[in-house]
Amino acid sequence: MNTKPLVVENLKKSFGKVSALRGVDLSVDRGEIFGLIGPDGAGKTTFIRIVVSLLNADEGAVYFQGKPVRENIAYVRSRIGYMPQRFSLYPDLTVEENLRFFGDLFGVPLKIQKERMERLYRFSRLGAFKDRRADALSGGMKQKLALSCMLMHEPEVIVMDEPTYGVDPVSRSELWEILRTLTDEGRTILVSTAYMDEAQLCDRVGLIFKGEVLAQGKPDSLLNLITDPLYMVKTPQPHRVYFELLKHFEAVDCNIFGNGVHVIDRHSVGAEQIAKILKQSNFDFDEITPIRPGIEDVFLKLIRTANPSAKPEQRGELSA
Amino acid sequence: MSRTFVSIIKKEFLHIVRDYQTLIIIVLMPVMMLLLYGYAITLEMREIKIAIVDHSKTPQSRALINHITSSNFFDIKARNVPESQFEDLFQQRLVRSVLVIPQDFSRSLNSNPQTPVQLLIDASDPNAANYILKYLSQIVTEFEIEQNPRLHFPFRVVPRLLYNPDLKSEYFFVPGLIAVIILLISALLTSLAIVREKERGTFEQILVSPVHAYQIVVGKVIPYIALGFVDSVIILVFGHFWFKVPVEGSILLLLGSLILYLLTGLSFGLFVSTITESQRVAMIVTLLMTILPTIMLSGFIFPIPSMPVIFQYISQIIPATHFLKIIRGILLKGSGLADLKNQLFYLVLLASFLIAVSIRKFKTTLE
Repeated sequence: MNTKPLVVENLKKSFGKVSALRGVDLSVDRGEIFGLIGPDGAGKTTFIRIVVSLLNADEGAVYFQGKPVRENIAYVRSRIGYMPQRFSLYPDLTVEENLRFFGDLFGVPLKIQKERMERLYRFSRLGAFKDRRADALSGGMKQKLALSCMLMHEPEVIVMDEPTYGVDPVSRSELWEILRTLTDEGRTILVSTAYMDEAQLCDRVGLIFKGEVLAQGKPDSLLNLITDPLYMVKTPQPHRVYFELLKHFEAVDCNIFGNGVHVIDRHSVGAEQIAKILKQSNFDFDEITPIRPGIEDVFLKLIRTANPSAKPEQRGELSA
Repeated sequence: MSRTFVSIIKKEFLHIVRDYQTLIIIVLMPVMMLLLYGYAITLEMREIKIAIVDHSKTPQSRALINHITSSNFFDIKARNVPESQFEDLFQQRLVRSVLVIPQDFSRSLNSNPQTPVQLLIDASDPNAANYILKYLSQIVTEFEIEQNPRLHFPFRVVPRLLYNPDLKSEYFFVPGLIAVIILLISALLTSLAIVREKERGTFEQILVSPVHAYQIVVGKVIPYIALGFVDSVIILVFGHFWFKVPVEGSILLLLGSLILYLLTGLSFGLFVSTITESQRVAMIVTLLMTILPTIMLSGFIFPIPSMPVIFQYISQIIPATHFLKIIRGILLKGSGLADLKNQLFYLVLLASFLIAVSIRKFKTTLE
């Protein structure tokens, strides 16, 4: 019998003529952080809402601890921990009132609520603000409160939709630390994000784009999908250099980053030859160095391979 | 009653109390509206501005003018203005009507069976024009009886006013206000409260919990029932002790029907919340579907029999139409359960129907 925390089989969902999910398969193992990574509009929220029983799939199935979600809505809803994308607590209630409300909602006995609250205050460091109204908290603290509210019933499986969206870098890393503590306790986490750099913080990731999971696995093994050498052309004018490089390389292999252009060298042109090309056309660049691919390189490569005609602006917003 | 359920009610009370601006409005509104209707807004007219042109200048014409001034319906603003200035008087809104007594008034009065007197009325406000005409006709009739003792009326109508012998308008608007305010709170505030959770995304969060959606909704609604009930009691107490509106019938029946009417409003609010996604839309829909018809079509202000036939039918759908019959009946006429069973039955029917539809339409997913 399959008792993995979450198993998703061939999930399909459309809204009118728009297909949000085109057959997604994945499974999440106990005690791991599974990151669903993709740009806005990739289908992350739809996927997550189906997993937590808020939406019905057109095709396919989701199994929560071995039980089909669709037939066991009450079972799933009382055991899963779900944190929606938007901050969805009560802004006019205090930190403590919010926690108590969610404790009551899940029928947690008062005595246990008290213990859990103390513990949650310790690791979220919200204890000092327990009488403050939720709308007076900073963005990071709001997310930590939302997380704490969701943990009041100590769910074994936690599903979070872009919890770090719009949160400052310090709070982001704190939030990830908390997630790691939770999996160390044996909980399972499915988390979605549009931030590529968060992939390395997950045990396994699935790269989702236009309703399809392009690849999934350990972050490091995904990096091996790029076998050709990768060069980074460091330049103050990435756009102009990019268009120059397009004359010599296929669009599939060139990508603009903040500080330069990444080039996948499939035909062993070599760094020196690239430098020569750019020098010939009088382009400004600081250096050309071979680099290890990041998740974003892999992602862009997969997107281009899936849709060869996609122009950079059609790729969707990616945040490095 | 589970602790979860109590917790939902408690939370809703906190929302209400924390939003103290709205709370103040909810508590003060009935009192403010009572004072407004009680003192500022009257459906009858007093001290209508009039100009009188007396071409006759005889004892008879002066007697007629005397009749007009001695009533407090008219306030004579101008006398004997030339005809060329009539237009200006009306345009500058100095007067609402002009009475012109012809030169041969006295002579004609003695010799002719009928004597024409010209009355010009500004009918840009037709309702006011009607009143002016009515008042002046009354005065003229009195004058005729006095001046012409040979005048013989075949019969006389002897009126006896029942239930509100002094024709006090308070007796009329206190029940009406209760009907409007209860609806405002039960339909508008509850639909807003539920839709607000949808809008904030909190609904999405609490749906993923063991709590049944109906528990959430019922828990949210109970505080508003309490609030609406308190408000109607404020109006009743204020109306009874300040405006001396009687309570002839059973108080128990009164409170029972108040709660029934509250539930009807609530079911409307629920229904609206199932078909709308934003507070703005919910507000407009509730105002259009409940408040507006209650004020315009229920007989609160405008009598139903004077409406076009189609609106008379529509008014029968509106719960306030029936509730007004109930509450006016209990307060003023001392009606009992047996007299009001049709109206009460209709309210029960409507509330059950709307609640059933809302439950069917209520979604526990985000589809």
